[in-house]
Amino acid sequence: MSVRAQWQRLQHWAERRLPALTRHRRQEDLPIELHRRRIYIVPTGFGMAFTLLLLVMMVGSLNYSNNAGLLLTCLLGAATSISMLVAFRTLNGLRIRGVRAGHAVAGEPIDVTFDFEARHARQAVRLDIGEATQAFDVKERTDVTVSIPTEHRGWLSIPRLRVWTTWPMGLFRAWSWVNPHYAVLVWPRPEITGPGPTLPLEDHRRQRLHVGEDLASLRDYRSGDSMRHVAWKASARHENLLVKDYEQPQANQEWRLDWRHLRGLDNEARIARLARWLGDALAQGRQWSLWLPSEAIGIGGGPSHYARCMSALAVLP
Amino acid sequence: MTSWWRTKHHAYERINDRTFDLLCITSAFVLAVHAGHLAIWLTLALFVALGLRWWQRRYRPGRVPGWLKVPMLAFLVGAVVLDYGNLFGREPGSALAAGLLVLKLSESEAPRDARVAAAFACFLLMAALLFGQGMVATLVVALGLLPALTTWRSLEPTQTSPTLPRQLLPALGLLVASMPLALTAFVLVPRLSTPLWGNNSQSAAHTGLSDHMSPNEFNELLTDDTAAMRVSFDGPPPPQDQRYFRAFVMWNYDGHDWQRSEQPVSTSIPVEAARTISYHISLEPTHQHVLPTLDVPLAAPLQSQAHTDGEVLADKPVDEVREYELRSAVNYRFQPNLDIATRMHALQLPDGFDPRTHALAEQWRQRYGHDNAAIIRAALNMFHNDGFSYTLLPAPLGRDAVDDFLFNTHEGFCEHYASAFTVLMRAAGIPARVVTGFQGGFWNKIGQYLLVRNADAHAWSEVWLEGRGWVRIDPTAAVRPQRISQGAASAAGNQLPWYQEGFLESMRNQWDIVNRWWNQSVIGFDALRQRGLLTPFGIRDADIGLLTRLLVICITAFGALGLAWALWRRPEGDPALAALRSLERKLAHAGVVRRRSEGPQHFLRRASRALPGQRVELDHLMRCYIELRYATVEPSTESLRTFRQAVRNFHPRRMV
Repeated sequence: MSVRAQWQRLQHWAERRLPALTRHRRQEDLPIELHRRRIYIVPTGFGMAFTLLLLVMMVGSLNYSNNAGLLLTCLLGAATSISMLVAFRTLNGLRIRGVRAGHAVAGEPIDVTFDFEARHARQAVRLDIGEATQAFDVKERTDVTVSIPTEHRGWLSIPRLRVWTTWPMGLFRAWSWVNPHYAVLVWPRPEITGPGPTLPLEDHRRQRLHVGEDLASLRDYRSGDSMRHVAWKASARHENLLVKDYEQPQANQEWRLDWRHLRGLDNEARIARLARWLGDALAQGRQWSLWLPSEAIGIGGGPSHYARCMSALAVLP
Repeated sequence: MTSWWRTKHHAYERINDRTFDLLCITSAFVLAVHAGHLAIWLTLALFVALGLRWWQRRYRPGRVPGWLKVPMLAFLVGAVVLDYGNLFGREPGSALAAGLLVLKLSESEAPRDARVAAAFACFLLMAALLFGQGMVATLVVALGLLPALTTWRSLEPTQTSPTLPRQLLPALGLLVASMPLALTAFVLVPRLSTPLWGNNSQSAAHTGLSDHMSPNEFNELLTDDTAAMRVSFDGPPPPQDQRYFRAFVMWNYDGHDWQRSEQPVSTSIPVEAARTISYHISLEPTHQHVLPTLDVPLAAPLQSQAHTDGEVLADKPVDEVREYELRSAVNYRFQPNLDIATRMHALQLPDGFDPRTHALAEQWRQRYGHDNAAIIRAALNMFHNDGFSYTLLPAPLGRDAVDDFLFNTHEGFCEHYASAFTVLMRAAGIPARVVTGFQGGFWNKIGQYLLVRNADAHAWSEVWLEGRGWVRIDPTAAVRPQRISQGAASAAGNQLPWYQEGFLESMRNQWDIVNRWWNQSVIGFDALRQRGLLTPFGIRDADIGLLTRLLVICITAFGALGLAWALWRRPEGDPALAALRSLERKLAHAGVVRRRSEGPQHFLRRASRALPGQRVELDHLMRCYIELRYATVEPSTESLRTFRQAVRNFHPRRMV
């Protein structure tokens, strides 16, 4: 077993047994404010080496009774200790007001934005989340966005974060663990290819719709428009062809997506197919409704409707 | 959350140009402060290498290839060995280290390299102080810390990118903030009374007074205007023409050189003093044993020995600033009874030198008989009247140096006159000896001390007269009286470098008070002074244990102060409310106290009724406050500022 693995085991054990020491806290509600009881500070490796150098300088100047050298060494030593306080002050009073998450499908990284707030400006604060590190300055209120890798659909708790800094001189590292009570929803990953949805009522609907023609407005011709709808008189006075746009519920484009129609597939495959259909419907500008065992979502369209449906898919058992 | 202790450098693998610039500035600083003791060609070569590396990294980015580093290192080591003979010791060590710093820069690309290089530069800056710890040198070195600290700071991933001078400012602030703690630590860190290793003897940077005197050689000391010592007197200082500081007494003359002769050590110098003066001398390092004293010292200071001829020699060479207290006689009979051996010693002259001088002395002796005083007068008259002149660059003298000087060249400086006069006296049968030391000095009125420079070095004679003992005769005074009455600079005329002339010299004399302060309070703060640190608090001898405890206490106090600062948070208080409170205090002072049940509007209405003369102002204040408070959700900073300004300008007149 490698040293690092050993160390990790030790760390996990310590976090289990000594929660106060390692700050393996329960998840906390936002906002979270960093304060002296949760900020830790140790010299960095370079800080230790520099302290050693200072000691050598001090003994040397004492030995040669070189008072100017001793004064210089004392000055450097005092500056070093003040830099420790500055490092602490960089984190002390820093608040995480809130977290916002973007949207992502499983397997793609999801953007999570932390809303930091500080009463005085901080520089060179860093945020570790997983393997990623993000450096930022905080001036009053600052948004910091990091990407978290995702694997599965569903709720993903934000992993424990480390907010840390080596400001101002890299001699001391101050850090604080933050474990916000916040989870982001990861959407299911759509299947890549597959059949389209079956639409049993399409023909009948179209028939019915053509009965009650109800002219609403004229619009530009789009390829695929029926020649019968072209408003010839109006087009003659225009550069391009105009088409009579009928106010119709566009039921000809409406998809009724239903969990129950997808027989013979396991749950995840069903979810993946529905997710693809949702994506197609959004791309084609259709309206759709979605029936799921957990809920039935009525007809709607556009990105917000898509997000609602995807979220419903994401939380399916 | 694995390996959180590992520093992550993903985004900052290569240091940016600004950091590298700062690193180059730091290195240039280091080279500059070491330039004084490195060989000129080595300094130049290192500067060129630094400049080339800077140019290369800016315009041809990349590392310096490895095959180039080895020859460069070999060149550096070779150069140091060639110049100094070895690699170890203070000078070669610092030369090597300065070179290594420049080499380190050639491979500095990662943040870690930059950190290490800047730390090494700090070490080298401190090492520069081993070669001289004057105040200006120390300040310059401390200034060199700025780019070093800023280098570290610039490695932090901050998003602001200030200009270079602005970037240096925070480091300056940090250093200034560190001062109190640094000074406390400096005062309290226990000094070593004996070094842990090595000894402190340093090679002489300045040639102090020499323990022999050869008038035929140019004495560099006479144009060296660095401070030799500083003297403060208890009571008024002696007049200019009595400021003779004795260092060496020369007895033996071989026709060319005067040498000192070890006279017996005595606990008390055989002097009958009519008037004495107490004083304190702070002597710059001379790397010699001799301690200069005013005129004739009565006893030797601590850790030194006095000899019967008035020389005082310290037990150890003076390698650091040395402070000592003394008492000297100014009206005295010095050794009125001369034993026969000493008398013979003071008449000794080499055979076969200076026949014309001997003849002249014989002639005087025959003319004046036993009147020694008349012979002395005759000699001084000769110096005064026979066309002798004072110059720092006299013509060279031949084998019979005194003959040559007295009868041919007629020019010289104090050593010539003292030597010739003493030889004349001895030839005439009067016991005589040469004394070297300092004469004159600059009286600093502000600091109330006498600054004696190396250029004030002087040589004079002492003759022994029956009933009076040793009497000081300064033959130079006969030739150039202003040498004695006004000091070395005026005697030298226009032979001094530009910076020793006129007002510049007087400014430098005044400025010396700062050097003196620095010497006394910083450089001269040794183990002995430290032990006496707590004398004002009734502790005679502060030992290491006490000092350490004090140090810990003080550091803890500073730590608490620092923590208070770090933990302090700006009160979240509402500025509008704070301004209203201030207004309330003002009104309460005028007699209108706000009642507990009263809202601001009611209170201010009542106040304007009570102070009818200021009704307009108070109404305005009230409207401002109400608007600030209730008109909008988030009041503009503009209206807040107006309100606070109005409160500040409001001065209630008391009710009658």
